[in-house]
Amino acid sequence: MADKTLIEGIREALDEEMARDPRVFVVGTDVGPRGGVFLATQGLFAKYGPKRILDAPLAESSIIGIGIGAAMNGLRPVCEIQFADFIHPAYNQIANEAARMYYRTGGQYPVPMVIRAPYGGGVGGGLYHSQSIEATFAHVPGIKVVVPSTPADAKGLLKSAIRDGNPVLYLEPKKGYRMIKGEIPPGDYSVPIGVARVSRAGADLSIFAYGMMHYFALQAATDAAALGIDAEVVDLRSLSPLDTEAVLASVRKTGKALIVYEDNKFVGYGAEVAALISEEAFESLDAPILRVAGPDAPAAPYSHPLQEYFMVNPKTILAGIRKLAAY
Amino acid sequence: MSLDIMTTTVRMPKLGESVVEGKIGRWLKQVGDAVREFEPLLEVETDKVTTEVTATTAGTLLQLLHPEGAIVPVDTPIALIGSAGAEKSLAPAEAVARTIAVDQARSPLAARATGQSWVSPVVGRMAAEHGIDLSNVAGTGEGGRVTKKDILAFLKTRAVTVPAPTDELAAWEQPGTGELFRPSEEQPGTPVSAPPASNSTAGETIPLTAMRRAIAEHMVRSVSASPHVTTVFDVDLSRVVAHRQANKAAYARDGVNLTYTPYFVGAIAAGLKRHPAVNSSWANNAVRLHKPVNIGVAVSLGEDGLIVPVIRDADALNLLGLARAVNDLAERARRRQLKPDETQGGTFTLTNHGTSGSLFATPIINQPQCAILAAGKIEKRVLVVTHDGVDSVAIKTMCFMGLTFDHRMLDGASADAFMSTVKAVLEGWV
Repeated sequence: MADKTLIEGIREALDEEMARDPRVFVVGTDVGPRGGVFLATQGLFAKYGPKRILDAPLAESSIIGIGIGAAMNGLRPVCEIQFADFIHPAYNQIANEAARMYYRTGGQYPVPMVIRAPYGGGVGGGLYHSQSIEATFAHVPGIKVVVPSTPADAKGLLKSAIRDGNPVLYLEPKKGYRMIKGEIPPGDYSVPIGVARVSRAGADLSIFAYGMMHYFALQAATDAAALGIDAEVVDLRSLSPLDTEAVLASVRKTGKALIVYEDNKFVGYGAEVAALISEEAFESLDAPILRVAGPDAPAAPYSHPLQEYFMVNPKTILAGIRKLAAY
Repeated sequence: MSLDIMTTTVRMPKLGESVVEGKIGRWLKQVGDAVREFEPLLEVETDKVTTEVTATTAGTLLQLLHPEGAIVPVDTPIALIGSAGAEKSLAPAEAVARTIAVDQARSPLAARATGQSWVSPVVGRMAAEHGIDLSNVAGTGEGGRVTKKDILAFLKTRAVTVPAPTDELAAWEQPGTGELFRPSEEQPGTPVSAPPASNSTAGETIPLTAMRRAIAEHMVRSVSASPHVTTVFDVDLSRVVAHRQANKAAYARDGVNLTYTPYFVGAIAAGLKRHPAVNSSWANNAVRLHKPVNIGVAVSLGEDGLIVPVIRDADALNLLGLARAVNDLAERARRRQLKPDETQGGTFTLTNHGTSGSLFATPIINQPQCAILAAGKIEKRVLVVTHDGVDSVAIKTMCFMGLTFDHRMLDGASADAFMSTVKAVLEGWV
């Protein structure tokens, strides 16, 4: 089977779900004839027309508001936020309305909507096109947060997200859109939300990562193997709900945990994973829980050398692996 | 003697952009030497350069943390320098020990660097479990720390080397061979170690199945966690037998095989409702009382082991419902078709050991539950009964029922009160 890119997985999922279920529609900026800035919706406008591929004004709060209203009235909207950095104007709609509507209405109004948002840096995007926003939304109860790191998961997780009865924030590692390649199983399949995946089995230490950082972590683990360090890599895939059993099982096996995330370190998503391990697997720990994460700086720098310093990469992950292995 | 000794940690410097480690070339100062700030302390070699590393502060060199020739990662502590005056107030050896103690109190990182006192949670647990003196284990971790791997390696070599006792060992120091209980003059001159595996009398070693391992771990854990106490009641099942005889055929027409188990479960449920303290479990130094009455029934799977499917809300079922549940769970247990959650959430357990002829037994508690009831063999026995003040001999269908309970949560009197209810329900069955 020929390898496909991560963004092809996203496009296939959208196409197949729209063909399968007439309630599914897409709304976002430039998603129509242009096919989206990253071409995630390329060809869908021609196939499904302007009633199901809606070009929205440059107003994120409105894009999400449209989605919430449509979902409450029986449709299955897929809202695209062009860059995750721009999701903040819609925070109130997502956190106060979409995530809590089902609870607030005593179960009368579920909001089965998907919010797609390309996130992450390393693409020369500077402040407004590089942010990682997962910690902010994983903290909000009532909305699921998933991040694929392979083309197969990109398709399977998006299908699960569209079929889910409640809101799902589907974050896309945009640096990996075309860099990450792999097989996509033929036909209809879905990847369950809430289940992590051990992508590389190992005995010496466990690396927990997701999205682009999972891709880099696998590279670093390969480099570490050449140094005689047998690292296990766990792709979390679903940040909320988190597959706590998979995390704990891996740490109980290896005794060492390295958590990698691209977001700035302080109060980042990995802090929650570290807390979980410390609370539930303390007696299995053979070393302090380590995090490799971005610097606590206001934004990704635009200058390329500075951006390179800023981004977590296979080398910095390898340094973390070596430090933990030597401990 | 003042404890206010400032220590400064000297770390392996980063001698170039891509350099990650350095080799300790030669120590230019020794422990106890006074050093001035910027005075060369040691030579460090990398694959690119050899350079001198200087003291970052003035004081007394208190400890060299790595020998010459050691390769250590960048930023690893390599030496400790104490503030000026440290050598005056304390003898050198004492100064080192004292300084490290103070340093440890201030910074766990510095303590780890010494490699002596820092034991990770998993290493501490494994050492305790296997009775290992950590000072016997060679550490390969940072600063000589004993790692989990070191413990595993140590256990492996210990398993190989330990079992051969020498004749210098006294009999009572040898692993139990039974020789201890023979007069010393009858003991062989040279103690014999375990026969080699090739010996035809050595028997067979059977690897554990997952189920056997789970049972083994659970049983050991339960016995070590709970103080087990057993109380035994003799229960007259004559009315239950009569009821069963009268209703068996009718139940069979409904496709239900009426055994004694649903009667026991029904009586237990009534007992648990009346004595909620028994429907409980141990939860971190507290007793948790359970609202649902979920009764597990141990089902034997022959030589493979046993499994305990759970009848949920047993107090809400009548005899027919209980009989159905027992039939269904036992049948699917034997066919290995139980769903995982059907063996979880039990609040009490019944074991029917009497079916294999056992009169009474002292079972092990199914953790974290409070108690387990053991029903013995149901048999006719001759009993003295008193009717209107007149003693006579009668034939009754009897069963010994034992309750093993966790004495942390329950006392004898309350356990017996529960058993009295169970007995009364069974003896008065209508």
